[in-house]
Amino acid sequence: MEFQPISGIWAIVAMSLKVTGMFTVLMLVVAYTTLAERRVSAWIQDRHGPNRVGPFGLLQPIADGLKSILKEETVPATASRVFFVLAPMLVLAPALVTFAVIPFAAPLPTPAGVVDMIVADIPIGILYVLAFSSLAVYGVVLGGWASNNKYAFLGALRASAQMVSYEVALGLSLIAVLMLAGNVTLTEIVWQQQQLGMWFAFPLSLAFILFVISAFAETNRLPFDMAEAESELITGYHTEYSAMKFSAFMIGEFGHMVTASALMATLFLGGWDLPGTWDNAFWYDGQLIKGFAADGTVVLASPALWKTLATFGGFAAKTGFFLLLFIWIRWTLPRFRYDQVMALGWKVMLPTALAYVMLIGGSILVLDEVGVPWGFSYGAALTAVSTVATVGFVFFLDRGRTITGAAAQYAQKVEVKTISQPASAGD
Amino acid sequence: MAISVKVMHRPEPETTSYLRAALSGMALTFKHMVNPAAVTQQYPEEQTDLSPRWRGTHRMEVHADGRPKCVACGLCPTVCPANCIRLVGGEDDQGNRYPVVYEIDEFRCIFCGMCQEVCPVEAIHVGRHFENAEYTRDRFIYDLDRLMEQDHPVTLLWDPSDPRGE
Repeated sequence: MEFQPISGIWAIVAMSLKVTGMFTVLMLVVAYTTLAERRVSAWIQDRHGPNRVGPFGLLQPIADGLKSILKEETVPATASRVFFVLAPMLVLAPALVTFAVIPFAAPLPTPAGVVDMIVADIPIGILYVLAFSSLAVYGVVLGGWASNNKYAFLGALRASAQMVSYEVALGLSLIAVLMLAGNVTLTEIVWQQQQLGMWFAFPLSLAFILFVISAFAETNRLPFDMAEAESELITGYHTEYSAMKFSAFMIGEFGHMVTASALMATLFLGGWDLPGTWDNAFWYDGQLIKGFAADGTVVLASPALWKTLATFGGFAAKTGFFLLLFIWIRWTLPRFRYDQVMALGWKVMLPTALAYVMLIGGSILVLDEVGVPWGFSYGAALTAVSTVATVGFVFFLDRGRTITGAAAQYAQKVEVKTISQPASAGD
Repeated sequence: MAISVKVMHRPEPETTSYLRAALSGMALTFKHMVNPAAVTQQYPEEQTDLSPRWRGTHRMEVHADGRPKCVACGLCPTVCPANCIRLVGGEDDQGNRYPVVYEIDEFRCIFCGMCQEVCPVEAIHVGRHFENAEYTRDRFIYDLDRLMEQDHPVTLLWDPSDPRGE
């Protein structure tokens, strides 16, 4: 049976449905991430969290949204009005549009043709994500500057410095992925992971760790939320914002989180791929193929509705795992000091990422020269190299004390000093 | 005279491990996340057990025929330290005294329970009840009918000869 890509008027219909559905689902996920954050933080702190609105508090995000809309919008008298209003939009829009290039399920067969489960399968893929996610910093800086408030301004400055610094490590850790996949299109990155027989989290484990750390810094989440360090800067760049404008910043932040989670799932955990080869599908020479036979001929894929649904479930589970990780880490780790953030970014992440790019590049070159076929053994060899690199990195970060705890090895030294005071003059 | 000072040396940077501390912290929070020891009382659904000596909203005891037990002796407004009881006594055609007006201002009341202690006919009581929120302030002046309508359990007074209530 031959599968053809959808075309003509039905392609436009499918596209409109995908755009609307994607936007709705994304906004719902963002809304329920805010609820999850509050419930999970409550559990971590032995509380109940919001459980009053609806069953288990499930209507809480709707109540929050209503409240935000009904509240008073305030604009500071000395604020720059145009930019003050523009800033939340500039934060919100990039967070929502980046999701367009992330494939979220296996292709869906319909009577009119096969529909790719991605909003825009553009050839620049990951570059589009990087370009748009860096745009968010403009909204942050603009919001901080237009508020005409020193705390907001300091928060914005910190946010921009931090996001620019970690973008470097983020991009460099991505290079390893792009070298291995040989393409920047996210659909092809998923396809290469299916062909390799393992997800890139294993052959590129150090890049995975660096990417996760950088993603935390990029999304301004704890332990890197210098931009809204409450104890020092009130709430940073959105100090002066209220009502729906404040909500827009919040939706932007959570949208960024969701996109970053989906991106990590796609790049390192195989995207919508589930274990096994039954769900593999990729457009190759106008045909939807499942893989290559031993003699180089193509094996055609057989898309089905249940496969699309199952892979979508897999993608949602992987994204949800990263969202939970975001929340879990936020309510565990304290905030870094600003100079520590910068030191980690420039002195640890950047050199490590650079060295790792060299290491992986060399390994790929050697494997290709030796003639190892693209498959499980190729991945296993890279996994071995990366594991050594990761262990070395962790050993270095932990300064050689991964086995016995620093506290146990070096008990806190207590010294009792005796200071002699001069006798008082009166005696 | 010498002063001894205890100097606590911070661990040197080379001997501290952020990673280990972070991971053990994550393990701890994960334990709490999957098994939260939520100690918060879910108030409207779960009610606190009030002490038998809890002194709350007042209640007027009634006879079987629906008359208040109060004989308008005037002891409770006299003993009341917050001066929150307004009593106007009257006498019916058989010579029985009864309260024409009996009002307690629950805002002024300090819930000392002395009205219950002093009452010779065990008519006015403080009760084991505290949920008396209202929308307007004038609803907090309880008149006789309202006091008679209350049906919560009354307070067990403290007995000096049996201080633990045994």
